[in-house]
Amino acid sequence: MELNWADQLWLVPAWPALGALLIGVVLPQRARSLATSAAIAVGAVALAFVTSLILLAHLLVAPEWLFERAYTTWIQAGDLNIPVGLRLDPLSATMCTMVSGVGLLIHIYSKGYMAHDEAPARFFAYLNLFTAMMLLLVLANNFALMFVGWEGVGLCSYLLIGFWHQKESANKAGLKAFLVNRIGDCGFILGCLLIFVVFGSLTFSEVLSPDAIHAAPPAMLLAIALLLFVGATGKSAQIPLYVWLPDAMEGPTPVSALIHAATMVTAGVYMVVRCAPLYSAVPQASAVVAWIGVLTALLAGLIALGQRDIKRVLAYSTISQLGYMFLACGVGAYVAAIFHVVTHAFFKACLFLGAGSVMHGTGDRTDITQMGGLAAHMPRTSRTFWIACLSIAGIAPLAGFFSKDEILYETFISTLPTARILWVLAMLTAFLTAFYMFRLFGLTFHGASRMPKREASHVHESPPVMTWPLIILAFLAMVGGFLLGWPYPHQCHLLGAFMADWRPPAEHGAEGGGASGGLPLMVLLAALSFAVAVTGSGLAFWLFSGPYRRVQEFERRLGTAQTAFSRKFWVDELYGYTVVGPLQSLGNWLGHFVDVRIVDGLVNGVGGACQMLGEGVRRLHASRVRFYAFVMLGGAVLVVAYMLRDLMF
Amino acid sequence: MVPTQWYLLLSAVLFGLGIIGVLVRRQAIVILMSIELMLNGANLLFVTMAREIGNLSGQVVVFFVVAVAAAEVAVGLSIIVRLFDNKGTVDVDEINLMKW
Repeated sequence: MELNWADQLWLVPAWPALGALLIGVVLPQRARSLATSAAIAVGAVALAFVTSLILLAHLLVAPEWLFERAYTTWIQAGDLNIPVGLRLDPLSATMCTMVSGVGLLIHIYSKGYMAHDEAPARFFAYLNLFTAMMLLLVLANNFALMFVGWEGVGLCSYLLIGFWHQKESANKAGLKAFLVNRIGDCGFILGCLLIFVVFGSLTFSEVLSPDAIHAAPPAMLLAIALLLFVGATGKSAQIPLYVWLPDAMEGPTPVSALIHAATMVTAGVYMVVRCAPLYSAVPQASAVVAWIGVLTALLAGLIALGQRDIKRVLAYSTISQLGYMFLACGVGAYVAAIFHVVTHAFFKACLFLGAGSVMHGTGDRTDITQMGGLAAHMPRTSRTFWIACLSIAGIAPLAGFFSKDEILYETFISTLPTARILWVLAMLTAFLTAFYMFRLFGLTFHGASRMPKREASHVHESPPVMTWPLIILAFLAMVGGFLLGWPYPHQCHLLGAFMADWRPPAEHGAEGGGASGGLPLMVLLAALSFAVAVTGSGLAFWLFSGPYRRVQEFERRLGTAQTAFSRKFWVDELYGYTVVGPLQSLGNWLGHFVDVRIVDGLVNGVGGACQMLGEGVRRLHASRVRFYAFVMLGGAVLVVAYMLRDLMF
Repeated sequence: MVPTQWYLLLSAVLFGLGIIGVLVRRQAIVILMSIELMLNGANLLFVTMAREIGNLSGQVVVFFVVAVAAAEVAVGLSIIVRLFDNKGTVDVDEINLMKW
């Protein structure tokens, strides 16, 4: 019997789910060693990766690029019918392959990184569960099932940020991530409810069809788009809900690489791209998305300049790059957004794993001002980190250049009224990106070593199980953009052809690059962005890889600005005063006054009154029989008097 | 022939003496006897009124009362005996175990 692969979609999320179940539940306590749990986890993700590759191949030869299967009904209530259905189309196939592929490399790397940890089985079970949830999120064919994955990855993110639960800061960071995400999820749920009210369905194919959107009232569409975007700002760390992501770096580094750089945080971008027909129909919402994106990119880029923790620089860089993706969504360049998601997954995973390798080799050191000169000791980590830096900075012909340049170009030619301002801000951010990345690179790997002599001699390169994923990711960060973005220039490249449904209609962007500006403009803009990237990286490398005195001089000259960057523009403090503080005071007031005085007072008051009444009444029962008899007589007299009242009066 | 009012007066006096006995005496046996006195006062009233109205039902009720009173005395006396066994006294003021 021939296997119909399109029916086997469910296998993709099922493999890692099975892995999580095996490691976390079935495996007996004694067998939960690093080797066993890592083997199961890596095997499960590898199977998921292979399955998604096979499915991708089948999808490409299918007449219509869409596999949609509803396996069973999940909820059936009145008009509401939610199937457990999966959908593989070019968008979800791209995400699915990327998630399982990058996830596989990070799982392999984790085996080396978590070698000295006490609970590797718990770690791998969570990691597998996360992968399953993420795959469910991208494969779901309706908003409700997508929300299951959405919450699932949020839960795993919480569990993994707080993985080292003996550290108080890790617990707090996990809680912060969870709570901030709740705000976003609230918007997402409200958006879903409104979708059901307006469209009477939650299935993508019914909600996102052009006819349905055309028939819906525009005000409702705007509300839905904005509410869903609130959800995206939570999950994808955009203004105003980005504050959880830097703190999430408390988790183990592979977690930061997998969840907080490559996959989960792109869920918001994926969702907006999935709802592309909706967002294209409401230009106001698109403008909001674009502006939030570009402002986040700029703000996070500035903050990254002042951070001294290697992982925090990368975290702010992630926020900044996510801002780029939303900018792309906002200007209607959905293909460019997904392109950047994919290339970003390559180079940012490489950067994070490189940072993990640095921490591994230096004994969990994270302060880059205390590093320097590591290149000599860690050649592989240093070289792969360098390639990833070049890639994210946008230097041709590495992956980051292609995707970022496409976003910049699409922004420049977009029909949004403020397109040029957006473009200028995005260019500025491109400069900042190159600058802070090479600041990080220079301070960490070059210049004179600023570590204590004794520790500096212990620095060592990580084992092959960690460096090989780095090398593969660096290779992808090198050629990924070139392969997917070929033939250059934009629009008609490989990914664009694959995701033809998501390409902007003619009036939005330029079909085939012909309509607005054409090839000369494209080349001019590309040269400009290349020049900006080279200037930024060159300047930063000269500044930060030289003598440390030069760095100090530079930071002194920046003065107040440097303080603002390193204190993250006091946003955490602002939220503390305006939101967290008042809420905590309210909670304290409710807990210490309303609950203790009013609620408890009421309950205790009723009890007290009954007790006092009883205290008084029990005096009658003094066990004096003759007194009882006397009262009885009195009662009898009263009854008789009542019966005879007519005679007496 | 003795007028009816005298019978009524006698029955009231008997009943009142019974009440006073129940309220002021402390020996359980005397209280029981006082209750008998009250019952007899009531019986006398029943008989008197039966003759006055010319209806025999009142006299029938008296038979019932006498029968029930006999049973009541039997039960009451056995309670008093048990009381004496347990407490060594039949003073009702000493029977105060049910105090809070």
